[in-house]
Amino acid sequence: MRFTINGRLHEVEPDIRTSLLDLCREHLGLTGPKKGCDHGQCGACTILVNGRRVNSCLSLAVMHQEDEIVTIEGLGEPGSLHPMQQAFLHHDGYQCGYCTPGQICSAVGMLDEIAKGWPSHASTDLEQVSLDDAEISERMSGNLCRCAAYPNIVDAIREVAGADARTGSDVGA
Amino acid sequence: MKLFDYQRADTPEQAAASAVAPGTRFIAGGTNLLDLMKLQVETPERLVDVSRLELAKIETREDGGVTIGAMVPNSDLAADPHVIRNYPVLSRALLAGATGQLRNKATTGGNLLQRTRCYYFYDVATPCNKREPGSGCSAIGGVNRILAILGTSDQCIATHPSDMAVAMRALDATIVTVKADGDRRRIPMAEFHRLPGDRPHIDTILEQGELITHVELPSPPPGGRHAYRKVRDRASYAFALVSVAAVIEVEDGRIAKAALAFGGLAHKPWRDPEVEHILIGQTPGKALFEAAADALVRDARGFGHNDFKIPLARRTLIATLQDLTGGR
Repeated sequence: MRFTINGRLHEVEPDIRTSLLDLCREHLGLTGPKKGCDHGQCGACTILVNGRRVNSCLSLAVMHQEDEIVTIEGLGEPGSLHPMQQAFLHHDGYQCGYCTPGQICSAVGMLDEIAKGWPSHASTDLEQVSLDDAEISERMSGNLCRCAAYPNIVDAIREVAGADARTGSDVGA
Repeated sequence: MKLFDYQRADTPEQAAASAVAPGTRFIAGGTNLLDLMKLQVETPERLVDVSRLELAKIETREDGGVTIGAMVPNSDLAADPHVIRNYPVLSRALLAGATGQLRNKATTGGNLLQRTRCYYFYDVATPCNKREPGSGCSAIGGVNRILAILGTSDQCIATHPSDMAVAMRALDATIVTVKADGDRRRIPMAEFHRLPGDRPHIDTILEQGELITHVELPSPPPGGRHAYRKVRDRASYAFALVSVAAVIEVEDGRIAKAALAFGGLAHKPWRDPEVEHILIGQTPGKALFEAAADALVRDARGFGHNDFKIPLARRTLIATLQDLTGGR
């Protein structure tokens, strides 16, 4: 099987049952995506497939051979961090760090969805999307942080989004 | 996960023909099927990958209706400008379900075919008539907070978990399929999902190998007021305890049309013509809404932990009607 991950072509022959998550972690040494629940509930495995955020644990690798896959390693590296990685550092958007790669990939995918004008459950008007803290919480609800670093995660995302509309509402993702 | 054979289909007809053997399942988004395969609740011998089929378009028909390809991701359907403008109840229902990551993968066809989230269906160590026919129902007399109060049988009280399907039921959608022998058929949403009866392991009327290719929505009623109200245990990423998809038309101060479908109550998206009949032609108001809500739960039966759903369904319907009509 052939995979394009972080701009590099890989040829491997994993078991047919292998998820994209296990492909990255066990076959390609890309241990950024994390295995939390392995059932799509925690979001720690979030990666970008053709620019869209997905749960890599609920994706069969064999089905994604034509796709452009980006993991946290492909977003940026020490010395050339992605703005979202830099913002998480700046705002201390983590404690143990286990959920962080998924949070960052999810946040990058989420801001792209906002740019496309996609509404969310928190949107009052489906045709006029704006980004406030309630929107960030709703749109990031697929990423759990058991250390509960949510307020700082929201701060980091808001900074990257350039949104300064602080609603003052509780930030519970 | 049990080992399986994998093949990719090039056309819908080929997919259907190659899935005629028992033990074969289609896979598209995979967000529900792979989850269940990891737990060995689902143990298909063969997967037919339909994710690359040319069924990912949303098309507006000449009659003003919409034809949705079965592979359209939930995200794209919820954000489609025509859907937002003319079928906001569908956008709202989709956005009330799952997470951004899951909606990006989950497809229109797959969403309709979701399995129940009953705890015992997922727990292979317990009896479950849906998972293992004839083994018994652990939910009746067990922990059943999230389970059904309408249309149940003494063999199964599972609910259908989809939000999208509830909106499609209110919108009178039609499911278009291709069968293993190449025949096509059009299935009204009302007939697509089954009640459990004495065969709760069968969720829909689809035959082995029958593939959903499209979902058609009839042209939208002009002036219809849409709402999807979902009550759940947490504000995001939780299945409905009770949900209501409502499309109401008010003319000259009276309810001209009412389409009301309910999630979280039954083995299928629930719709009761009697509830709508009570409302039509009448002036919106609290007493009227209470009469409709009484009709909704007339035959409801709780199983202990889920008794609360009976008053909750009543109140959710009344609140939704008040919001949409202003009737007090």
